Amino acid sequence: MKILVAISNVPDTTAKIQFNDGNTQFNNAGVTFIINPYDEWYALVRALELKEANLAQQITLIHVGLIDSEPTIRKGLALGADDAVRIDSAEPDAFYVAEQIANYAKSNNYDLILVGKETINYNGSSVGGIIAGVLDLPFVSLATKLEINSNKATIEHVIDGGSQIVECELPLVISCAKGMAEQRIPNMRGIMAARTKPLTVISSTNHNNLTSITSYVLNAGRTSCKLMNEDDLDDLVKLLHTEAKVI
Amino acid sequence: MSVLVYTEINKGRVKKASLECINYGAKIAELTGSSVTAFVNNANQSQLEEIGLAGASKIISVKNDALKSDSMLLSAAMEQIAKSEKSKVIIFAFDINGKAIAPRLSAKLKAGLVSGAVDYPVIKGDSFEVNKNVFSGKATATYKINSEIKIIAILPNSFPLTSGQNKSTIVDLDVDLTNVNSKIIIKEIKSDNVVGMIPLPEAELVVSAGRGLKGPENWGIVEDLANSLGATTACSRPVADLHWRPHHEHVGQTGVAIRPNLYIAIGISGAIQHLAGVNGSKTIVVINNDKDAPFFKSADYGIIGDAFSILPKLTIAIKKFKQNQN
Ligand SMILES: Cc1cc2nc3c(=O)[nH]c(=O)nc-3n(C[C@H](O)[C@H](O)[C@H](O)COP(=O)(O)OP(=O)(O)OC[C@H]3O[C@@H](n4cnc5c(N)ncnc54)[C@H](O)[C@@H]3O)c2cc1C
Ligand SMILES: Nc1ncnc2c1ncn2[C@@H]1O[C@H](COP(=O)(O)O)[C@@H](O)[C@H]1O
Repeated sequence: MKILVAISNVPDTTAKIQFNDGNTQFNNAGVTFIINPYDEWYALVRALELKEANLAQQITLIHVGLIDSEPTIRKGLALGADDAVRIDSAEPDAFYVAEQIANYAKSNNYDLILVGKETINYNGSSVGGIIAGVLDLPFVSLATKLEINSNKATIEHVIDGGSQIVECELPLVISCAKGMAEQRIPNMRGIMAARTKPLTVISSTNHNNLTSITSYVLNAGRTSCKLMNEDDLDDLVKLLHTEAKVI
Repeated sequence: MSVLVYTEINKGRVKKASLECINYGAKIAELTGSSVTAFVNNANQSQLEEIGLAGASKIISVKNDALKSDSMLLSAAMEQIAKSEKSKVIIFAFDINGKAIAPRLSAKLKAGLVSGAVDYPVIKGDSFEVNKNVFSGKATATYKINSEIKIIAILPNSFPLTSGQNKSTIVDLDVDLTNVNSKIIIKEIKSDNVVGMIPLPEAELVVSAGRGLKGPENWGIVEDLANSLGATTACSRPVADLHWRPHHEHVGQTGVAIRPNLYIAIGISGAIQHLAGVNGSKTIVVINNDKDAPFFKSADYGIIGDAFSILPKLTIAIKKFKQNQN
């Protein structure tokens, strides 16, 4: 079985968010980039576990992005993926990214395509569903458990008000959420091995330009906190009713 | 031309997020001189009435048990309807099902998708722009949708609900799904809802606690406070990781993102990854015994002190307030 894991390159969760060029570009000066946590902790680690259990033979990482994201890809290889593909292009929107990944997957026969639940920069939760739509494959979203049995996947995933267990023939696309696996730290051997693992760069294919970002603004944080005394909680309750109007 | 809205029934009612979508669609219909068509599966008379009151002109009522929550089938149904209705704008809630169906429909219709919209679109001639939260609520981006058909998934709890007169016509429809090869077989459905508790993503009032509570045996005072308000309980990530509380209560960057009207954070330090999932809340109350806890910088109201002595007093104050209300 061959697994394709889509990884995204995102600012570290503690990065300071700033924009430049008249608030039209994300300012990445001084920002550390990481593999999107859902892609790394859940999608990639579960794929590695399946390989360790001899249920998968090859794990390929795919990333749509420019050369500056290669350290992030190498980290995925250090964790244990076998090889990686980078589609050399900026990532204008989810549709573009998904179409590039789908086009690559179409000619390379993967049994499973794993994505994260969402990216922590654009929070779209869209790429997985679009890949499945383009390839006409089933899509299971927000998976928290994944087992493979010959050519069948058994998946537990989040639904409204609980979860559900489904079965599906391979191939399919799955978006991965908390519960699938636990975070791992790459070891020295992995890091050394990653340096020589194949990272193929391919150019982007024809694409659609369906959406574009015209500008950004930083959301105003809260400006002041009213401190209340623990012996005057009736006052707090009153403020929640009359001032905040939330109770 | 029409604005097509995807709506759902959950626990006997039309989902609140679906009603928000109809209101939102009605606003776009007003801006573009068109009307709202709502799609619903397995709705009864009173549910159809609710959809009409929220502003749908036409309700396409499908009765098909096979559709259930299979995103492939639901997307195929929406695709057929969007084509026959000549829909130019399609609205979903950015919730569990919306996140599974809208992207697939976007692929099928080559329609630009903005997911997690927080404002009404600005339409000027051919230009169609809509705002959405990015960087986990730290910023807002304006997206221009260039395609002819546009899909918007709106963030639940972002728009006030209104209801007017029911002027809708109901059209019963059989959708043809014979060409859709869905291979997903449902084996088991597990509900992890505490009876009577509103699920976190929909909750308007949330009481959340962190490692400051010291251990799972101390959650009684958190639950008492939540019960006094009719609030849903949540927790920080370490609390879920330590198995003090179930995983579905974990809010933040890697857990559930919520935006209730009121978020009460007890014994939670306010790490940036926690804030990323809750900073869209309308009002935040922080209870922490460390006056320098970062969470106070993101709070509207704060109480510096020991949660173990504050919570019972706050519960009494709320109960007293509720009694006076009646
Ligand atoms: C990539 C990444 C993703 C993450 N995602 C999430 C996420 O989704 N959600 C999340 O919550 N965290 C997340 N974290 C973890 C986050 O960084 C913090 O470690 C976590 O939020 C801390 O939880 P806490 O506030 O409960 O615990 P602590 O940081 O231990 O804080 C406990 C607080 O309780 C207070 N306290 C102690 N005793 C009392 C008392 N008696 N009365 C009142 N107050 C008291 C203390 O002053 C302190 O402020 C993530 C981290 C990373 C690296
Ligand atoms: N540029 C990218 N390259 C590869 N995979 C991506 C990229 N962007 C997003 N993804 C994948 O799609 C998932 C969902 O992303 P999104 O729809 O942007 O929230 C991510 O968790 C990744 O697995």
